[in-house]
Amino acid sequence: MDFAWTIVALVVLMAVAWRFLGAYMVAVYETRVHFLGFIERPIYRLIGTAPDREQTWKRYATSLLVFSAVFLLLDYLIFRIQGSLPLDPQHLGAVPPALSWNTAVSFLTNTNWQNYAGETTMSYFSQMGALMVQQFVSAAVGIAVAVALIRGFARKGSATIGNFWVDTVRGCLYVLLPIAFVFGIVFVGQGAVQTLSGPAHIKDALNGVTQTIALGPVGFMEVIKELGTNGGGFFNANGAHPFENPTGLTNLFSMALILCIPVALTYVFGKMVGALRQGVAVLAAMTIIFGAWTAFTAYAEHQPNPAVAAAGVVHQPTGNMEGKEVRFGDTQSALYDVTSTQTSTGSVDGSNDSYTPIGGFGLLTGMMLGEVSPGGVGSGLYTILLFAIIAVFIGGLMIGRTPEYLGKKIQAREVKLAGFAILVMPITVLVLTGIAVSIHAGRAGPLNAGPHGFTEILYAFTSQANNNGSAFAGLTGNHAFYNVTGGIAMLMGRFAIIVPTLALAGALGAKNLVPESAGTFRTDNTMFVGLLIGVILIVGGLTFFPAVSLGPIVEQLSHGKFFGVSMAHLTALAHWRLFP
Amino acid sequence: MLTYLRRSLLLALVLIAVLGFAYGLAGTGVAQALFSYQANGSITKHGSALIGQNWNGYSTTKILDPQWFHGRPDPDNPLLANGKPGESGSANLGPRSTVLLQDVKALVKAWHAVGVTPTTDLVTTSGSGVDPDITPQDALVQIPMVSKATGVAPSRLRALIARETQGPELGFLGSPVVNVLALNEALAKLR
Repeated sequence: MDFAWTIVALVVLMAVAWRFLGAYMVAVYETRVHFLGFIERPIYRLIGTAPDREQTWKRYATSLLVFSAVFLLLDYLIFRIQGSLPLDPQHLGAVPPALSWNTAVSFLTNTNWQNYAGETTMSYFSQMGALMVQQFVSAAVGIAVAVALIRGFARKGSATIGNFWVDTVRGCLYVLLPIAFVFGIVFVGQGAVQTLSGPAHIKDALNGVTQTIALGPVGFMEVIKELGTNGGGFFNANGAHPFENPTGLTNLFSMALILCIPVALTYVFGKMVGALRQGVAVLAAMTIIFGAWTAFTAYAEHQPNPAVAAAGVVHQPTGNMEGKEVRFGDTQSALYDVTSTQTSTGSVDGSNDSYTPIGGFGLLTGMMLGEVSPGGVGSGLYTILLFAIIAVFIGGLMIGRTPEYLGKKIQAREVKLAGFAILVMPITVLVLTGIAVSIHAGRAGPLNAGPHGFTEILYAFTSQANNNGSAFAGLTGNHAFYNVTGGIAMLMGRFAIIVPTLALAGALGAKNLVPESAGTFRTDNTMFVGLLIGVILIVGGLTFFPAVSLGPIVEQLSHGKFFGVSMAHLTALAHWRLFP
Repeated sequence: MLTYLRRSLLLALVLIAVLGFAYGLAGTGVAQALFSYQANGSITKHGSALIGQNWNGYSTTKILDPQWFHGRPDPDNPLLANGKPGESGSANLGPRSTVLLQDVKALVKAWHAVGVTPTTDLVTTSGSGVDPDITPQDALVQIPMVSKATGVAPSRLRALIARETQGPELGFLGSPVVNVLALNEALAKLR
């Protein structure tokens, strides 16, 4: 019952976000909001641009790529020299080169895959000046690409798709910054820490225990981590840590913050193309997929943990609690982790690795569908619009007409671009997983043996190529092999999709509108929603079914069988063994 | 190309200043002014109210110290590592792991030795490794052990647990919980 009320609360919050945040974002990207002009105008003067100086898709894409490359380098530098920078109360010293590279790529691409434990690796300077900044900027860049694509649909005969610098700055200042600041205060009020002083040392007179408690500027980073669908937490335990996500209320707000911009963007889409129903159709497809995945994942996590049952605790009324926090419980943890993997967030409030096989399947396949339900900030909308183009193409083939979407003729160039962008992710995931299981360096990664170990590898590449960043965290990713291949997966999953998307925006924007006729294939009705969901499920299903069969499906079917731990990890695991 | 580079570098530096430091420092200022207890880690006399502790005692022979209520069996509480803040996080063992099976078996045996039939939470590790809470049921099953070791009557312990039970927030967010530290502080006052 509590679970049902949580869903109701989330739906209400999303309805508000869709209508009001959506309308506000339309105003932001049509440059009708100016209350932070005193910061915004000097920035434009400094970099020499202005809102009315629009760019072609090629200039837009070049700006995006150069800006990303420069930021990548800056972040890499910050990690390398953090020992000589201020705000390092624990004297952590420089981050090693391969790890710095992987982390810089990870936060640049909105992935937030973390091959490090934040509290023991990153100084407060790195956490605030590099990681947290990218959590704003990568989100704003994602939204900018989505808005550019929407402009492509909305305009006719236009050579330009907007100004990258202006879109990025406005996204940061007007959308992300105010929401993050307000909710940052709420999170700290609930118990999230926010301080620049070093760890607290405590001796408890009751039980004689001494504790060193890591602190830091956590609460305000936590909020932008969720709002920008980034997912990289301050602490290793991410959203499971009581200092990041202290209460049931912050757990609900975390989910609402993750979902609000992707959901609101469907309103922005509908409004800017002049037909709200088109946005509603896209939102409906997203909601149906999200609902189905939530239902079976939460159900799976409410089942007993097989190892715990076999060890003698057969009656598990609270579900699979291995790796979960008591204050969230089984189903609300599952809801959070589904929210996080159906978007590009990847934050976790429990251990994904300890999920039941079908629960883990739910998280893994949520990403495999391309993260479109509702997906990451910006990336969710532009990816589902790519699927929509494929859907109208298939629909057009069935009725024997040149396909159109929102009055734009969808021709060979558009279908090729959309097809290419959609195939980048599956190819990256499957090729890299294939390489990893074929060579020794790759097989040394997973903690658990058997099908679960395979899932750990498959999950890692799926997560990185989708810019998600969640992990079956038993995998030891901080080795040269996973640092390098993971970096490739993240860059492919981000920029090899963004560039064709911007090309598509340019191609669509240059076209004129085809007048609607009786033969026009409608894209705002139930049939189209069904077709769109079908295309998403078929592309994801056909591509990944064989790989998924070898992982979670085999594991689910292994009744009564248990698997050991891979030898490479026995030493590392000694730390975790309860009794020597 | 030079224009792109110059613009990128300038904008990146401005954004680092505004989104990293202005936002982060202003946030810290507001947090410290409004909620200084929470912002500094909810530290009470006996430890942080939000960070679970090890109630097992340090003896390797004594697996469970029966005079306290115990929280999640978060192993070798990672925060204890050599006085340097350790890594938080979970054990990440899969649902069909032989290691998980053995660990849970050992825990079940240890609980049975002190006369307790453990619930799920008492034999599984948490997501954070520092879970400060247990459910009321997890506390109730420990009453025979605690009562025997401390001499406090079971009925008084039941009343204590009822008093320390909190939530769920707004009646539906999360699960009802008992904070182990608060419960043991209240227990210490009783004795």
